[in-house]
Amino acid sequence: MLKTFKIGGVHPEENKLSAGAKIETVKVPSQVVIPLAHYSGKPSVAVVKRGDYVKVGQLIGQADGYVSANVHSSVSGTVKKVDVQLDASGYKRPAVFIDVDEKDEWDEGIDLSPELEKDFSFTKEEIIEKIKYAGIVGLGGATFPAHVKLLPPPDKKAEVLIINAVECEPYLTCDHQLMLEKGEEILVGTRILMKVLDVEKAVIGIENNKKDAVEHLTNLAQEYDGITVQALKVKYPQGGEKQLIDAVLNRRVPSGKIPIEVGAVVMNVATTYAIYEAVQKDKPLIERVMTVTGKNMKTPGNYWVRLGVFLSDVVEQAGGIPEGTKKIIAGGPMMGRSLMNLDIPMAKGTAGVLFMDKEEALREPDKNCIRCAQCVFVCPIGLEPFLLMNQSEREMWDEMEQNRIMDCIECGSCSFTCPSTRPLLDYIRYGKSTVGLRIRKRTSKMT
Amino acid sequence: MNVILTSLIILTALAVLLAVMIFYVSKKFFIQEDPRYDEVEAALPGANCGGCGYPGCRGFAVACVDADTLEHLNCPVGGAETMKVVGEILGKEATAKAPMVAVVRCGGTCEHRPRMNDYDGVEHCFIAHNLYSGETGCSWGCLGFGDCELACDFGAIKINPETKMPEIDEEKCTACGACVRACPKMLIELRKIGPKSRRIYVNCRNKEKGAIAKKSCSTACIGCNKCVTTCPHKAITMGENLAFIHDDKCKLCRKCVEVCPTNAIVELNFPPRKTLTATEKTE
Amino acid sequence: MDKLIISPAPHVHSNNSIEKTMRQVIIALIPTMLAGFYFFGLGAVIVTAVSVISCVLFEYLIQRFLLKGPTTISDGSAVITGLLLAMNLPSNIPFWIVILGALFAIGVAKMSFGGLGNNPFNPALAGRVFLLFSFPTQMTSWPEPSPLSLQYVDAATGATPLVALKGYAGEVPSILNFLTGNIGGSLGEVSAVAIIIGLIYMLWKRTITWHIPVSILVTVAVFSGILHTANPEAYISPTYHLLSGGLLLGAVFMATDYATSPMNARGMLVYGVGIGIITVVIREFGAYPEGVSFAILIMNAFTPLINTYIKPKRFGKIMK
Repeated sequence: MLKTFKIGGVHPEENKLSAGAKIETVKVPSQVVIPLAHYSGKPSVAVVKRGDYVKVGQLIGQADGYVSANVHSSVSGTVKKVDVQLDASGYKRPAVFIDVDEKDEWDEGIDLSPELEKDFSFTKEEIIEKIKYAGIVGLGGATFPAHVKLLPPPDKKAEVLIINAVECEPYLTCDHQLMLEKGEEILVGTRILMKVLDVEKAVIGIENNKKDAVEHLTNLAQEYDGITVQALKVKYPQGGEKQLIDAVLNRRVPSGKIPIEVGAVVMNVATTYAIYEAVQKDKPLIERVMTVTGKNMKTPGNYWVRLGVFLSDVVEQAGGIPEGTKKIIAGGPMMGRSLMNLDIPMAKGTAGVLFMDKEEALREPDKNCIRCAQCVFVCPIGLEPFLLMNQSEREMWDEMEQNRIMDCIECGSCSFTCPSTRPLLDYIRYGKSTVGLRIRKRTSKMT
Repeated sequence: MNVILTSLIILTALAVLLAVMIFYVSKKFFIQEDPRYDEVEAALPGANCGGCGYPGCRGFAVACVDADTLEHLNCPVGGAETMKVVGEILGKEATAKAPMVAVVRCGGTCEHRPRMNDYDGVEHCFIAHNLYSGETGCSWGCLGFGDCELACDFGAIKINPETKMPEIDEEKCTACGACVRACPKMLIELRKIGPKSRRIYVNCRNKEKGAIAKKSCSTACIGCNKCVTTCPHKAITMGENLAFIHDDKCKLCRKCVEVCPTNAIVELNFPPRKTLTATEKTE
Repeated sequence: MDKLIISPAPHVHSNNSIEKTMRQVIIALIPTMLAGFYFFGLGAVIVTAVSVISCVLFEYLIQRFLLKGPTTISDGSAVITGLLLAMNLPSNIPFWIVILGALFAIGVAKMSFGGLGNNPFNPALAGRVFLLFSFPTQMTSWPEPSPLSLQYVDAATGATPLVALKGYAGEVPSILNFLTGNIGGSLGEVSAVAIIIGLIYMLWKRTITWHIPVSILVTVAVFSGILHTANPEAYISPTYHLLSGGLLLGAVFMATDYATSPMNARGMLVYGVGIGIITVVIREFGAYPEGVSFAILIMNAFTPLINTYIKPKRFGKIMK
């Protein structure tokens, strides 16, 4: 029996169409727009102005506050302006517009050689400083600054490092391919993280639908003390931090707490690779792997994409928008965001672009709740989605809070499984954001 | 016969006993309350809308009776008349407040604001707003899913099925402010009703620069400042590319309406233009 | 490019649907139905057909002409109500009584509460209990099993095993007859094997979870086992309890009805234990030989309470 998390979960069609496709590099277009804000945290502050010449890897946005990360130029060229750009949700976010030159000139000190750099002798503080400077955020989607996770509160001690290589979202294969191509680098990155956290043990959790990656990393890991590879049963949402800890360590993070409470730190596998590059090669986070896929796509594939490149440019090089596309999703189909158009710059958290035709894209009309309790059985947190939806519709905020709405991880298993196709998560999100607002108001009143 | 008699006696005895108990309990547990609470409550509309800021009409009545003056208390539903009655009951001076009405500050109907995408989620403004900017290119404008309609206890606000925009029934609107709080785009505003219900306001909330605003909606305020310079009463201010008409200064001269290049300023309940010239002369 | 569709995540859906779920229940009912047809012949076919047709028809008429809303008969829930009602009737019952039962089940127990998913009581059982009170004679004159007979209302009647076990009348059949269904009783409750096949199918397809049927059967076995051990003379043995009467049918098909059963695993266990205890109490200490229907309806009434106070197992505890 393979390990997995204990409560709930679903198994959507995997559709890993781009599995095995080599990661290709997307050519840099003539203009890029590098967002200064990523989905969570405060936007960084631009440190360049119009007319400045920037090199690849040069700092252009300084982190502002605790939950914020540096932003670096992904191209060499002239800053056209520092302005606002519409992000995936259609709202304006600050961004740096750069006209790209041909030279692709890199900032000094960045090691561009492809050789594996195995050994390191930095101190903990040096490593954290490097990670912080490189602007590394969680590349799994939440884009939480990585260095914040590596600095646990002084009264807590990490025991185990878990590398999240689950990739439970259907369609996405970017982490899978990265593991196959950069396995050794990932293991070195893991060693670096182990040193920072001062832990003896690290587990790389991989779902068992990526058998080649499990095998590859298991072979490589024999040379690295303390690192083990754990194959996991395929079940969504195993990539959720709390679910992964439950699956690997059989420990459950208490309500409203972070993983360090049970002695675990979870880091995404792509983030681990970025950390390797930042520490060993002094290369800041300026590019990432993304999957461009869809059932009607001729050649679904994985691509190295520089930050700030418009998704339309990426898709063009990947073979264009397939015929009959009615929905475009940034990220996976379970938690991704549907886009209004492709004129959106690549951000640190964009793990994929997914095309759906009309049949796949349209939702079925919702019907009566038949009280089948499927939503309760699949909820990985053990909530009662049907009840929360009803209470959200009736604006019963206090009751929702009692029913632990704030624990919802918005994985979408309930909406996915509902036989009456009820929009459970839509209403739960509405309730969650309202209840969250009320809690913040209340606590700010108290202090 | 005997059976009927016994049951009659038992039931009568029971009735008397219960009556005594009820009488005793009602005396014993009677709460001495200011009788004016009830009187004031009776004078209020009884809609329990919360527009006054108190929990229901009873709460407002208690607040009225306990307050020293009625200065800061106003029932938006009943308006000045109700407050006058309340003032008479309590022997306090009721300050007349200008009656207000809700206006929706968005003119983005389909012809002005083309749809760029199709929303396929729950038809609920707040949920759509949380997800993204909306079906049109304007991220400030009305979403048209009717959170305001749901919030209104008086049936005064309805989504027009053709334009997908809310329309306010002035007769029914009581300016309780429920729709103002319900709109996630903060488009609804309470304004003075004005003489003969005549009102002029900027029918837009778009704070984008002119060109961008115009691109997304042909009737957006583009922040051109024409109305500000035209207004003889200095009633219009410009902030973040958006004009705002202060209803306490506006003299309803309609000059701004004429100069607005995008027809973003609207006039309500005015007679047609031609007859206006006559009235204007007399002014 | 055309206008794109925007919707909140998730963007994919499992292929679950009400129709699919209902279809699975209907398939699971087929063995039971066939067993009934075999042992009770033509009468069983007539009763089943009348029940299903009238349930669907009443639902259609009510939705079309009373509620003037969309009709949802295609989702199959009315078919299931009809089938379950028929499974709970003796095969020699006059068809107009069946129609009355269907009217009560659909009209009163289901549609008046808001249709599918909103009914507090299992419609088929409500219909059955309504008939039991209204037509006690017809409802308790059980035909003797006679394979593939062509008789309907004039079928020879006999006692059900539970009546026999209670010592009122008749002989107790052998265990083998219990398993296959060669005993007297309602047309769907006689064959234990057929019902268990249906149960396995539904568990395999994940239409239902094991919690309700298993907790009912275990409770009945344990509780009646204790009674039987204490006094074998006065109390029936657990084997007969499990195999006779509507217990299996009730535990597998009636108690697991979505709308009227609790909505999490712990609640389902409490509900099942409750049904088990009430069933044995009614059978052993009550005047009626059969108690499953009443037990389920009583626990249906407790379902909202169970849903309120028994919550699913949450992920992670709350720290102060």
